[in-house]
Amino acid sequence: MTILEAPVTGLPGTPAPPTRRPWWRTALARAVPIVAALAGIAVVWYAVSYLVLPADQRFLLPPPHEAFGSALANPALMGPMLEALARSAGVAMVGLAIAVVLGIGYATVMSQSGWAERILYPYAVILQTIPILALVPLIGIWLGYAFTARVVVCVIIALFPMISNTLFGLQSASPAAHDLFSLNRASRWQRLAKLQFPAAVPSIFTGLRNASGLSVIGVIVADFYFQQGAPGIGGLLRTYTLRLQMEALLTAVALTALFGVIVFSIFAALDKAVVGRWYGGHTR
Amino acid sequence: MTSTLALEGVTKRFPTGTVAVREVSLALEPGDFVTVVGPSGCGKSTLLRLASGLESVTGGSIDVRAAATSYVFQDATLLEWRSALRNVELVGELRRIPKDERRRRAQEALDLVGLTGFETQHPRQLSGGMRMRVSLARALVADPDLALFDEPFGALDEITRLQMQTELQKLFQLKRFAGLFITHSVSEAVYLSTRVLVMSGRPGRIVAEIAVPFPYPRPPELRYEPEFAELTGQVSHALGEHS
Repeated sequence: MTILEAPVTGLPGTPAPPTRRPWWRTALARAVPIVAALAGIAVVWYAVSYLVLPADQRFLLPPPHEAFGSALANPALMGPMLEALARSAGVAMVGLAIAVVLGIGYATVMSQSGWAERILYPYAVILQTIPILALVPLIGIWLGYAFTARVVVCVIIALFPMISNTLFGLQSASPAAHDLFSLNRASRWQRLAKLQFPAAVPSIFTGLRNASGLSVIGVIVADFYFQQGAPGIGGLLRTYTLRLQMEALLTAVALTALFGVIVFSIFAALDKAVVGRWYGGHTR
Repeated sequence: MTSTLALEGVTKRFPTGTVAVREVSLALEPGDFVTVVGPSGCGKSTLLRLASGLESVTGGSIDVRAAATSYVFQDATLLEWRSALRNVELVGELRRIPKDERRRRAQEALDLVGLTGFETQHPRQLSGGMRMRVSLARALVADPDLALFDEPFGALDEITRLQMQTELQKLFQLKRFAGLFITHSVSEAVYLSTRVLVMSGRPGRIVAEIAVPFPYPRPPELRYEPEFAELTGQVSHALGEHS
């Protein structure tokens, strides 16, 4: 028997690898829009500071170089701020880890029978639809105003995307693939381990990406309301607001945004890397 | 009775009240390759699901005397996260065959369908025809006595489809399983089989049986012979009368 088809290595006429764009040009092409957007924000900011606000109200929005400059040059301010950020990052990651384990477990139980799904899914939806701010006072009363309560807020906010994405993934295998397993008399465990779970891997990483972004929001909210013990970055946001320390507040907000972007980017990159490899490297 | 597969007055009525298959009887002996043609939605696929045990009958009886049965789906139905070799190996894994043996048998099956050298490729890196070859290898790896085919080449382009037909009848000659093959292509039905069964529109009944006397292996040029045209004419005529 002869092989009648050649392996597919690319579309006909695709240039060979050596003629590909060098990596730095790809990096540049990606960086340009980000830099342009930041420059745009800076322009608007300066315009508001100098053109919109009268000089005696300029303290409400000091221009960027003053806002960041004075904060960054002040170690007494930056030290505690970075410590608080690290503390918040820790809480967010602990919350995310718990949400991942709980979410995957909950979805796995639901995937095992229609009954389990019908009974358990509404609770997940309720968790998602109650605004987190409505739950925060209760969590504070029940669990106190320190580490545990903050982690719980992160878990609650990050849990739903883990549950819904994992469940979607576990149910994504085709009916024919399930038939294949039935015909070979696969056990429930074999079906879960060799079909449903591997089929869910890409969705689980999508869920992880979304949950990571939400866990950052969760920790800021929790820090903001739960002030007991060493403060997180959200706690400092509240303190700076109350004291009307605009430079510190703006710097903390920028740090928070940067933190969110970094966390999301890390998990987005992880998602892309894992899913690419999952399907055997390069895809068509 | 020594039939590999015997259906006696099989009827399938779904809970919705639809009768998909009515009073179908057929027997497959070792060395038979039977194709079933019929209009779309006539219950051909249901017939195959009944024969495989994926669905249960609501009337009549099914008797299977096969140590191993395999099933080839409408599309290749490969697990996208597994390489070609590991897809074929899956059958052995589910049946708890020791690793060395199942790997050796998977390799043999891939060699048989002409995929030597593509073991580590994942489904997304293979063409449609090659994916179907992996699917055939997976069906053959268990050394089936009975092989069921649910319109496996329906989604392939015409050229690939003809190649796959040529290869399948070679594999049949080599392995001599009893084959039951569902298709809506008249020429595919005649080219592959020892016998063509024609099904009517819903509820599906068998309305004609046409023997195909050509010996195996069958050259691709067989399709241009007058005797071949004569048989496809008979099948088309039977289809036309009952659809």
